[in-house]
Amino acid sequence: MNPFIEIITQPDNIAIVIMVIMVSFYMVWAFQQAFQNDRLLAAGLPVDGENDRFIDTFKPLVRIELLIALVVMVGLTVWSILVDAPLEEIANPTLTPNPAKAPWYFLGLQELLVYFDPWLAGVVLPSLIVVGLLAIPYIDINPKGNGYYTFAERKWSIIIFSFGFFVLWLLLIVIGVFFRGPGWLWYWPWQEWDHSRVVFEPTRDLTALIGIESRSLPGFIIGAIVVGSYMVGGMIAPYLYWKKNNPELLTQLGMIRYVTIIFLFITMMSIPIKMVLRLVFLIKYVWITPWFSV
Amino acid sequence: MKSLPEITDKVKKNLIWKSVFRRDYRNTVRDRAQAVFGNVFLHLHPVQVRESAVKLRFTWGMGGITLFAFIILVITGVVLMFYYHPSIDQAYTDIKDLEFQVPFGVILRNLHRWGAHFMVIVVMIHMFRVFMTGSYKAPRQFNWGVGVILLVLTFLLSFTGYLTPWDQLGFWAITVGTNMGAATPLLGYQGPFSEYLHITPYNDVRFALLGGAQVGGNALLRSYIWHCVAIPLVATILMMVHFWRVRKDGGISKPQK
Repeated sequence: MNPFIEIITQPDNIAIVIMVIMVSFYMVWAFQQAFQNDRLLAAGLPVDGENDRFIDTFKPLVRIELLIALVVMVGLTVWSILVDAPLEEIANPTLTPNPAKAPWYFLGLQELLVYFDPWLAGVVLPSLIVVGLLAIPYIDINPKGNGYYTFAERKWSIIIFSFGFFVLWLLLIVIGVFFRGPGWLWYWPWQEWDHSRVVFEPTRDLTALIGIESRSLPGFIIGAIVVGSYMVGGMIAPYLYWKKNNPELLTQLGMIRYVTIIFLFITMMSIPIKMVLRLVFLIKYVWITPWFSV
Repeated sequence: MKSLPEITDKVKKNLIWKSVFRRDYRNTVRDRAQAVFGNVFLHLHPVQVRESAVKLRFTWGMGGITLFAFIILVITGVVLMFYYHPSIDQAYTDIKDLEFQVPFGVILRNLHRWGAHFMVIVVMIHMFRVFMTGSYKAPRQFNWGVGVILLVLTFLLSFTGYLTPWDQLGFWAITVGTNMGAATPLLGYQGPFSEYLHITPYNDVRFALLGGAQVGGNALLRSYIWHCVAIPLVATILMMVHFWRVRKDGGISKPQK
């Protein structure tokens, strides 16, 4: 069988195919409504729901809920009749499968292990995702776009959230499920998995580019300067930009909010940056310390 | 031969029927309201709702679908518990029994497995919808937070359920997942700075998660109890808060300018 068909029809992967279809569908629906509302707002017209009348819960809403419940129940039943949940061999601690994959919704995090050490990819970054999500209502001080789809009124928050949600979370999951084979090597869907394949990819550390041993003191100092200037520079640059172009925004945000937003943002952006460093420049570590490496 | 109205009359006009259904439903304003607040399940809703708030294109019904998936999982999960022992000697054969001995055991397990995948998918889409309509904004900031915790709990519910069949897939998924615990800064034995706290494989985060230094019988029991009791309990309480706050924060969000 075609390896691609084989991968997407694996029982557990059908869920991911369903996820891709559902997420794409709702993404289009959300943005379509957002743009539609933007046109209404631009024309000074009320968006849907602004001048609303009340209807009885019983039965209009209860009817919708019952119908949705029926559709979901029928859908899950059909899915359960057509596809059997797999049961592999009994657990065997002496036989490690290759690749050993985490549950599919954590594969984005497992994918990060290519670019970061486990303490970052597996602990710090996931914790920061949760913290960042919790912080959203408190750091987004834009009063507009409350209770209706819109893009124009909250461009940046939607762009940043969508980048995190669709690219860093969902796309990495899809990559982890469909494009990662033995040894966590990249396999195109039409490629056969080869368990004996070894890719020798000499990686180096950032300071090696200028000929300095990364584990030496000068390497440590240069690494610290690079990481430090990314964090400090990333912290200061937006401040200077807004100070010049939009000082009002800075006053509105205040110190704590500003620091939180920028810290979360530069941490998030460090992921694609490190990916490029690793994939394009074959750089493994930017900064090596005796305790941890970045 | 009695006519239908006569039969309904007989059924309805007796002590038992009247003790269950206090009033007749006559499709009046009062009775439509009574149908909602007189019913413990329906009284989650307000008596009246704004018309566009309940249109499918606004909410996609995604939060409700998540709740429904959770209910399906509780029901199928409870039934599965009748056939399952959380011990490494029996767990795997119990699943085999489900496959070959238990009537409808296969479809029961399938429903639980696919329902779980489904719930993870819809809860993420629900979060996306709430974000896109800006429904986390004042006065709903706190409820967004409750929702984020519920999202995490949904992942953890699914994750703890992975180990229960005690097959290679679950065993290694849990091994990979909990190995991350070993990398926790300060508290995992492979994590940065842990040597200063004298952390070893036998007293770190991973050990606490697994009840041992590797995935074994204790880990199976722990994941079983987290999966079947502890997390559902916490999730149920948080769901109560979540739904209560939807009402208290003004119902399904509407355009505020």
